[in-house]
Amino acid sequence: MSNSNVLYALTATFTSPDDIIRAAENVRDAGFKKFDVHTPYPVHGMDDAMGIKETKLGFVTLVAGILGAIGMILFIYWISAIDYPQVIGGKPYWSWPAFIPITYEITVLLSVLVTVGAMIAVFFKFPNVSHPLHDTSFMKKVSSDKLGISVQAVDAKYDEKLLREIFKKNHAESVEPVYYTEEFISFKPRMFDPKFLLLLAGVAIVSSACGYISWNKLAFMVPYDWMMEQDRINPQSVDTFYEDGFGMRMPVEGTVARGFMPYPYKGKPDDAGKYLVNPLLPTKETLELGKKKFLTFCSPCHGNFGDGDSRLNGQFPNPPTLHSDKVRNWPDGNIYHVITDGQNVMPSYQYQISREERWAIVHYIRALQRSQHAKETDLP
Amino acid sequence: MSESHTSTELYTKQPFPSGYAKVGWGLTAVGLALVVVSYILNTERALFNNLIGFIFLASIAAGAVFYLALEYAVGAVWSTPFRRVTEFLGYLFPFVIIFSIPVLLNMHTLFHWSHSDAVAADKLLQVKAPYLNTEFFYIRNAVIVAVWIIFFYAMSRNSLIQDLTKDQRITKTNIKLGVAFIPIFAISISLFGIDWLMSLEPHWFSTIFGVYFFSGTVLGSLAVITYFVVDFAEKGLFFKGIRKDHYYTFGALLFGFISFWAYIAFSQFMLIWYANLPEENFWFIERWENGWKIVSIAMTLVHFWIPYFMLVARPSKMSPKNLKLSAVIIVLAHFLDLYWIVMPMYNSSPVFGFYEAAFPILSIGIILLVISRRARKYNLVPIGDPKLQRGIDFRL
Ligand code: HEC
Repeated sequence: MSNSNVLYALTATFTSPDDIIRAAENVRDAGFKKFDVHTPYPVHGMDDAMGIKETKLGFVTLVAGILGAIGMILFIYWISAIDYPQVIGGKPYWSWPAFIPITYEITVLLSVLVTVGAMIAVFFKFPNVSHPLHDTSFMKKVSSDKLGISVQAVDAKYDEKLLREIFKKNHAESVEPVYYTEEFISFKPRMFDPKFLLLLAGVAIVSSACGYISWNKLAFMVPYDWMMEQDRINPQSVDTFYEDGFGMRMPVEGTVARGFMPYPYKGKPDDAGKYLVNPLLPTKETLELGKKKFLTFCSPCHGNFGDGDSRLNGQFPNPPTLHSDKVRNWPDGNIYHVITDGQNVMPSYQYQISREERWAIVHYIRALQRSQHAKETDLP
Repeated sequence: MSESHTSTELYTKQPFPSGYAKVGWGLTAVGLALVVVSYILNTERALFNNLIGFIFLASIAAGAVFYLALEYAVGAVWSTPFRRVTEFLGYLFPFVIIFSIPVLLNMHTLFHWSHSDAVAADKLLQVKAPYLNTEFFYIRNAVIVAVWIIFFYAMSRNSLIQDLTKDQRITKTNIKLGVAFIPIFAISISLFGIDWLMSLEPHWFSTIFGVYFFSGTVLGSLAVITYFVVDFAEKGLFFKGIRKDHYYTFGALLFGFISFWAYIAFSQFMLIWYANLPEENFWFIERWENGWKIVSIAMTLVHFWIPYFMLVARPSKMSPKNLKLSAVIIVLAHFLDLYWIVMPMYNSSPVFGFYEAAFPILSIGIILLVISRRARKYNLVPIGDPKLQRGIDFRL
């Protein structure tokens, strides 16, 4: 206090909450604006006594909460219905009741974090961590058992005599001016002070150690491991519960995987030719897809244009040309059948090439054939 | 400045407005007539509605005892000036007992498990029989209601004596009673809800039902208390200097319990919906199909969304008009909640008629009569309570 001379505020301490309330009311009524009350515990009714208007912080919370709710519900929707749809418990992908708890929690979390953040950043003027009242005897008193008030000297109405009068009238225990200290004036936030960095590192180490212990050790101790220790059948393991000793069960007969269509014409090329119809239209996209798949899967044996000029140099029997009358006169279903089921030495490609892609290849083969056997009507 | 420091003009008893009794008698007469008519026309339907009315009155009365005990147990100050309203509601217990008589005389109509041939044919009911049999049911519920009445009577009598003697030791006695009552209440209210409401469907499992009933009970009771407190305050029947701070606490508590109810109700629904076990989910399916969907959705609206948004903002918790309106909505929602629990057992699709209106009208009439009778007789403010002045001075 002694080594600087800029006045910050006039402070006073009181011993009873009634006195401080009345003092605050008097200071407010005298027209002071820049003053604050410091008490070791919340004094009910202080907001009114100081004439503090309702805080706007609630709106920050509201906006953050709404953003949290909307953001989270959209996020879960995207995760579980668009990006990584999984059937859980036979429920639809978009099962909103299951998402409410998380949405609710994120709403609360975001509104709390943003509120506290806004409070620190805007209302406490972070990163300014210093205050002229720090380390004064006034602050020591009001943080233990006294109730204090401080009126700033920059207040337009600042009038020391009037203030002393008000304080005295309300039984102030002590009245003293507080000056900007040297420390305050020369204060610079020292973010990169080695001590501070060391502290941060210490906190990081301790908290990760705690995390490690609780998640890797504690969670596997009694009683937390009871959930893991339940009677159950592990995958790929023997189990005596069933007569055949297999822990894993075969699916019920006739079970079909999602998105899989059983192929009913295995070994029946004629039926395939008779009943199957190409479901795709020969659009540009289809033909391009067909070309890509044909060049990838078929061209090593059949050649880039289906002429049967294999690139395998006799390591595999050369296939016949796909431009033969036979193949040209086949219905689409027959070609599809060869890809799906194979033919003599040609293997089946049903596991490598999806149904749609197989039909696209059929279209592409038709285009290849047409290129060698163009009709007159094809001429421009 | 300020009322809080210059001593308050203490409460002086004022003539209680006769309007309450008039409206009360009117509603009671209409309700009673409707009840008689419904018993003559359709006894079964009347019985189910009687059960709703009985549970409603019981939950308002039991909730009031809970708040009474709570105030003493936690040393609440803000509620002391208004405690009498809570105490008056305990005088509903005689009517609770009267309402229960038709139900007790017709157990077989309401409770499937009370038929011995049904139990003989049903393994599950046999397993539950040691708990769910008529003798134990009677004994259990007689004990529960008796305990409620004893605690209520002891605390409220002490409080009234304190008006005359101003003896501070009475507060201490009541604190002990209140602390003892709270765990008793936690168990008894759960059993009460399970016995009268959950056992209507004895095959159903829900481990949260006791809490669900508790949340509806305390919310309904608080809404009734809030309504009368605000109404009396507006009519100037309490003391001078009732502030928005006082209103705010009621608004905040209502808001809290609205959210609590929604939390519990949704938890019950979501866990059952998610696990989708047949012994649990059918209860909700019954309340979704055959037109019940509308009732279920309406209940979430009137029991949660509407009052929630009516009370969410700070100023709206301080507005007397808003408080009264949301209290009325919640009381009606409590009826709807009980209807939603009970009536699917009567009919597979929802029915609304004068049968359903009879018991709510009668119950509300009785509440008005009880309140006005007590309020005429006793002080509206516990003038002997040592916490009174602090309660009057209460600020946020
Ligand atoms: C490993 C080499 C190989 C690959 C790769 C291959 N094929 Fe074949 N393909 C053959 C052989 C060999 C034959 C002759 C089989 C026979 O003896 O009937 C054949 C026959 C055919 C036939 C019947 C021709 C006829 O005249 O009977 C069609 C159509 C056909 N392949 C289409 C395709 C398509 C489409 C692909 C790409 C998905 C493909 N093949 C990939 C080796 C192959």
